Amino acid sequence: MSTATETIEGLVQQEYKYGFVTDVETDSAPPGLNEDIVRLISAKKKEPEWMTEWRLKAYRHWLTMEEPLWPHVHHPPIDYQKAVYYSAPKKKGDGPKSLDEVDPKLLETYEKLGIPLKERERLAGVAVDAVFDSVSVGTTFKKQLAEKGIIFCSFSEAVLEHPDLVKKYLGTVVPYTDNFFAALNSAVFSDGSFCYIPKGVRCPMELSTYFRINAANTGQFERTLIIADDGAHVSYLEGCTAPMRDEHQLHAAVVELIALDHSEIKYSTVQNWYPGDEQGRGGIYNFVTKRGLCKGRGSKISWTQVETGSAITWKYPSCILLGDNSTGEFYSVAVVNNFQQADTGTKMVHIGKNTHSTIVSKGISAGRGQNSYRGLVKIQKSAAHARNFSQCDSLLIGNQCGAHTFPYIEVKNTSSSVEHEATTSKIGEDQIFYCNQRGLSTQDAVNMIVNGFCKEVFRELPMEFAVEAQKLLGVSLEGSVG
Amino acid sequence: MSEPILEIKNLNAGIEGKQILKGVSLIVGPGEVHAVMGPNGSGKSTLAAVLAGRDGYNVTGGEVLYYGHDLLDLDPEERARRGLFLAFQYPVEIPGVNSTYFLKAALNEIRKAKGETELDAMEFLALVKDKMKLLELKDDLLRRSVNEGFSGGEKKRAEIFQMAVLEPKLAILDETDSGLDIDALKIVSQGVNKLKRADNAQLVITHYQRLLNYIVPDFVHVLVDGRIVRTGGKDLAFELEAKGYDWVTKGEPVPA
Ligand SMILES: Nc1ncnc2c1ncn2[C@@H]1O[C@H](COP(=O)(O)OP(=O)(O)OP(=O)(O)O)[C@@H](O)[C@H]1O
Ligand SMILES: [Mg+2]
Repeated sequence: MSTATETIEGLVQQEYKYGFVTDVETDSAPPGLNEDIVRLISAKKKEPEWMTEWRLKAYRHWLTMEEPLWPHVHHPPIDYQKAVYYSAPKKKGDGPKSLDEVDPKLLETYEKLGIPLKERERLAGVAVDAVFDSVSVGTTFKKQLAEKGIIFCSFSEAVLEHPDLVKKYLGTVVPYTDNFFAALNSAVFSDGSFCYIPKGVRCPMELSTYFRINAANTGQFERTLIIADDGAHVSYLEGCTAPMRDEHQLHAAVVELIALDHSEIKYSTVQNWYPGDEQGRGGIYNFVTKRGLCKGRGSKISWTQVETGSAITWKYPSCILLGDNSTGEFYSVAVVNNFQQADTGTKMVHIGKNTHSTIVSKGISAGRGQNSYRGLVKIQKSAAHARNFSQCDSLLIGNQCGAHTFPYIEVKNTSSSVEHEATTSKIGEDQIFYCNQRGLSTQDAVNMIVNGFCKEVFRELPMEFAVEAQKLLGVSLEGSVG
Repeated sequence: MSEPILEIKNLNAGIEGKQILKGVSLIVGPGEVHAVMGPNGSGKSTLAAVLAGRDGYNVTGGEVLYYGHDLLDLDPEERARRGLFLAFQYPVEIPGVNSTYFLKAALNEIRKAKGETELDAMEFLALVKDKMKLLELKDDLLRRSVNEGFSGGEKKRAEIFQMAVLEPKLAILDETDSGLDIDALKIVSQGVNKLKRADNAQLVITHYQRLLNYIVPDFVHVLVDGRIVRTGGKDLAFELEAKGYDWVTKGEPVPA
């Protein structure tokens, strides 16, 4: 047996760097799900009646639904009655009025994650909304944003402070009837971010949210709603981590984006939920519904995602191109190693005339990981002169992993064009040896090749995020070749 | 006499259970150029691969010393960092990895190993400009991915360009001449000659005497069926060209 093969089979021995647990007292609901729990969550958040009712409708609808079986992933049945649906760090009094009131231990957690809120506030010019388990712990930069009329706050706060906007847009892109996990989220969502950019305003900084699951057996169900009014521009970043636990944990988020006339929303994600150990024990089940509606003419929604974590990822950030001349983009890097499974991709639904969409998907599989790209390009009859370009590339590291592509294309008019390109390549032993012979370690060689492979996606990320994403990729693939 | 750079003693090696090198011995001193010639399949590339540390080869006997240290004990990247360079017979394409970026990373690994500071992008580009002139390399090649879509000749030229940047102590050139047109052959050989110094050495694998008109060897070794059957000066190459390998195999083997 050659040692190069061992090299290509072995590099993943790196431990998950973010796997620490923060020791804070929590205020949790008992495990299980029923109408009382839904009411409890709503009450904890002091929600108005209409919100409670909406949740209950979603819950009742969820009861009629079945977990989807079509994704190319395998896992034991999830016991939804075992999970905890609400967990908040216990706070003194009525909750933090400013960052200074936030539990220092929580702030420490963020420091460890490399997102010192205070630092960011002062130096980086990134407004961060940090969601810890189920509640939003502090939003930086609120004042500066408010001067421009931008609303950036936790979802719970938006329900109380901006009910008209929430009522007008909540569920309009992802209705609670949409799918099993969206229904579940709609019933029990605990917090998330809300963002509204008024007419003609270009958001002066990147907005960002960090999600972290801390408590054991807790599901996390954030809900994010972003609205860009006519001519507005916003770039939004989302990062995620979770501690190491032997049990699988459920994360079922919903993100809705609404872009009005000539507005633009750029949504970037670096997802690094705990992926489980080398034997496939533990790890997050990441079942997420993300969808954007290009409602206005000439509007644009662009999704960029770097998915390195989670035991199972099930996620299709999509665009509904309703407005004429609107544009949808999806740039994705998905990495699976060890026993990770990812079924991810996008849907581009062209309804308006002259709508354009671009899909660039880069799947990297190592260890025994299974990576599937699933994409739908649907061009309706009304979408005259619509265009789509899709490129789906897979990179394999080693012989035990898999890459699968499931492209679905439906074109209902004759003036539109759809292009689909796909490639599969493998990091070869000859490439590794060539790099070694020039003095590069095997790990560096793999990182270099993988980063090269992902270049087109990375360049869509905001600068500092791109650097982070590259490092993350390195960590995720450590041990994939050894 | 100064310490040899490379000392191969009775090397036996093979792949997948097949014995290919059957007792190769060779000493390369500083400032020397050695040519290794031999028919197809005689084991020339195998020798280069074993020296560079390619995986999958089993060494079944003998030893190799590099500056007096056991070479075979080192990982391939460690050998490279200590100044061993292989110009590949078939350079490998690495899509997506920019040539300049790749070479800068390689050079910095070598510099780190030598305890030197790493070069930043500006310093590196200055160095590269210089070396590109040496090989009359088209600068668009450096903006492309490593070897990707390069013509056969461009690949070979790029290998020697890398050698010029990395300044190895021991350069093994595996059939660098094949695939080069006559003008390129001149440019590349002149480049190689300029890289020759009193403290480094070159091991040049070739089929053709032609190359040796440009890169003049101090020694010529003839490898047949995994053994060096003859060693001589540069004239041996002419003789081989005229008489063919049959002539040496039938003659008296000369131990190196
Ligand atoms: N992976 C392998 N499996 C089996 N046999 C191999 C392998 N690699 C090389 N060989 C054999 O080893 C022998 C020596 O090959 P090598 O490439 O060293 O020859 P060479 O002298 O470089 O030839 P050429 O002049 O054609 O480049 C050949 O018979 C070749 O078929
Ligand atoms: Mg050869």
